[in-house]
Amino acid sequence: MRAVIRNLAAVACVGALLTACSSGTDTPDAAESTGAAAAPDAAEKVTLTVATFNEFGYEDLIDEYMELNPNVTVEHRKAATSNEARDNMNTRLAAGSGLADIEAIEIDWLTELMQYPDRFVDLNSPEVEGRWLDWKTAAVTTPDGKLIGYGTDIGPEAICYRSDLFEAAGLPTDREEVATLLEGDWDTYFSVGKDFVANSDVAWYDSAAATFQGMVNQVENPFENSDGTPIPLGDNAEMKSLYETVAGASSTDGLSAGLEQWSEDWTNAFQNDGFATMLCPGWMLGVIEGNSEGVEGWDIANVFPGGGGNWGGSYLTVPEQGPNHDEAIKLAAWLTAPEQQIKAFESKGTFPSQVDALADPALLGATNAFFNDAPTGEILADRANAVAVQPYKGPNYFALAQLVTDALNRVDVTDTDDIAGSWDKALDAYDALGLS
Amino acid sequence: MNQLTWRQRLSRADVKASPYLYISPFFILFFIVGLFPLLYTAWVSVHQWHLIGGQGDLVGLTNYVDVLQQPNFYKALRNTFSIFLLSSVPQVIAAIVIAYMLDTNLRAKTFWRMGVLLPYVVAPVAVSLIFAKIFADQSGLVNAVIESLGGTGIGWHADPFASHVAIATMVNFRWTGYNALIFLAAMQAIPREIYEAAIVDGASRWRTFFSVTVPMLRPTVIFVVITSTIGGLQIFDEPRMFDTLGQGGPDRQWMTLTMYIYELGWGAQKNFGRAAAVSWLLFLIIVAMGLVNFAITRSISSTAGKKGRR
Repeated sequence: MRAVIRNLAAVACVGALLTACSSGTDTPDAAESTGAAAAPDAAEKVTLTVATFNEFGYEDLIDEYMELNPNVTVEHRKAATSNEARDNMNTRLAAGSGLADIEAIEIDWLTELMQYPDRFVDLNSPEVEGRWLDWKTAAVTTPDGKLIGYGTDIGPEAICYRSDLFEAAGLPTDREEVATLLEGDWDTYFSVGKDFVANSDVAWYDSAAATFQGMVNQVENPFENSDGTPIPLGDNAEMKSLYETVAGASSTDGLSAGLEQWSEDWTNAFQNDGFATMLCPGWMLGVIEGNSEGVEGWDIANVFPGGGGNWGGSYLTVPEQGPNHDEAIKLAAWLTAPEQQIKAFESKGTFPSQVDALADPALLGATNAFFNDAPTGEILADRANAVAVQPYKGPNYFALAQLVTDALNRVDVTDTDDIAGSWDKALDAYDALGLS
Repeated sequence: MNQLTWRQRLSRADVKASPYLYISPFFILFFIVGLFPLLYTAWVSVHQWHLIGGQGDLVGLTNYVDVLQQPNFYKALRNTFSIFLLSSVPQVIAAIVIAYMLDTNLRAKTFWRMGVLLPYVVAPVAVSLIFAKIFADQSGLVNAVIESLGGTGIGWHADPFASHVAIATMVNFRWTGYNALIFLAAMQAIPREIYEAAIVDGASRWRTFFSVTVPMLRPTVIFVVITSTIGGLQIFDEPRMFDTLGQGGPDRQWMTLTMYIYELGWGAQKNFGRAAAVSWLLFLIIVAMGLVNFAITRSISSTAGKKGRR
């Protein structure tokens, strides 16, 4: 019987989290009313909490803000990873209490939060209108015009390449020439890749799934219609053709190194010439540099197949459950102003999403010694302005994109299925999701 | 009936009620953090229930029917039992052998005994990081050794069975020493006279091990098997940390039942109703396994009893 009791307790772990949901609806209102009562007295002491993850570069800025506003005390909570922050966000959003006054969110989990706009304060104000790139703001605006987040950074994508491996395979090495060579759509990128692998033992790119992600981010409605209903995967000819293109280029043409990004093998591949190019958003530069210690030859070209693409980036939101909406909005607006974001860029390299910041000399003058002194600021600002499409990512985007990513990994990484068989498995998995 | 004085009644009540009072903290705590969530999970499992959106319509057994029709549920079930068997069986055998070694006259006994417990102190996540380097498909230590001997590398993250072996290795690394110490404690409780008698009768070392040590350890073996059954069926950390996505592989090669619960409830679907349904199914599976264990235990102890009487 002892065993049974221990099992009961174990199942309870799941249950304990579930019970939190039931009280979710009433608490925010109570908190709001006390907040409204406190607001009128401007000189009153306020304590605000700001929750971020990884490195937002806000440490000095928060000190500066407290100096400017002596009545405000700001506490900064930093989570180590965005996954940790996401788990925290979901759990406390469900519980209805415990979130910070300002919560940073990442674009990847923005879509799941966009279904619950009433849990967030509307941040629209004339002061911030036109502050960000259009596509950055469009992603956090609900269909009825509510703005739930202020943009912080973005991840405009360029192509990073190994000039030494290019030279060995007889391709140009200068970043301008490489940009001209790769200028065009994805077919150009893949066909240059075929030339490359014909003259080299090295793979053209690291991962089929990562390449697929770059392609998906240029499609207007990748997996869902704009009203939020999913496009059945079996009828989604566009995704099927992208899938077949990438899978074919990766396995049939042998362009992919067959690595899953962030895996042990992927990290090690930087040290032993695993691949010659990769899609690289601004924040990837630091990752490449960190993994490639002792390797020389990385460079970055001002080009991206099919125009522009964005991967990642964050927003600051003000959850409805917090007590100090007005002060929180003020702080969030200040932190995301171009002047402050440039300081954050100088401190931690987070690439700003504000139109004015993209023209700032401090940004345009930035170079990166590891990437052969490339003018990374200028290149990435160009790439940010080249982004034309903001894909619609609805409530089921994550689930649906995962199906295709899994299918690609079965072909590319584990090599356990052929292209058609793996797609059939993805269709089965789609049915199992039970979306109507 | 003769009349009792107040004092007598009180002392009688004390004798009758006090034991329950003394054990009540456990049960009160159990009702709050054990039974209530358990029943609440059952309540959730018959509803549509979204992680953030909360309670939806009452749907009866739909969630159970849905998950029982999903191939991933059976994959998870297969993986869980495969990893469980691959970890528990070698673990118990190795633990007994190690305990037997430790039970002999070694120099620096405490050092060796502490040594086998060291892996248990290492956090599972740290173990996973270490083993990620050992079992990486292209650049891992094991495959490098195999390839240097002329073989072809094993797809640790591709082939279901290979991935189960790798994960079971992590589990064994962590738990074998712990179980060895439990066996060691039990071995030291075996009266030395029995060994002496066996030696006088001319039994070899092997014979004493199989005919004296192992049979005398039977209750401890049962205890270890039951605890590792519970732990094994709920395995989560090691398989989740086995690759970077933590979903159990692109073809769910190593997704266990607890990971499946997590995927349903907190992953893409955020469907607490289905997650709760799988939680209950897992609960029923563990109860069933517990009953099987219980039956085996009873039959073993009764045969042991008969032998004793003879």
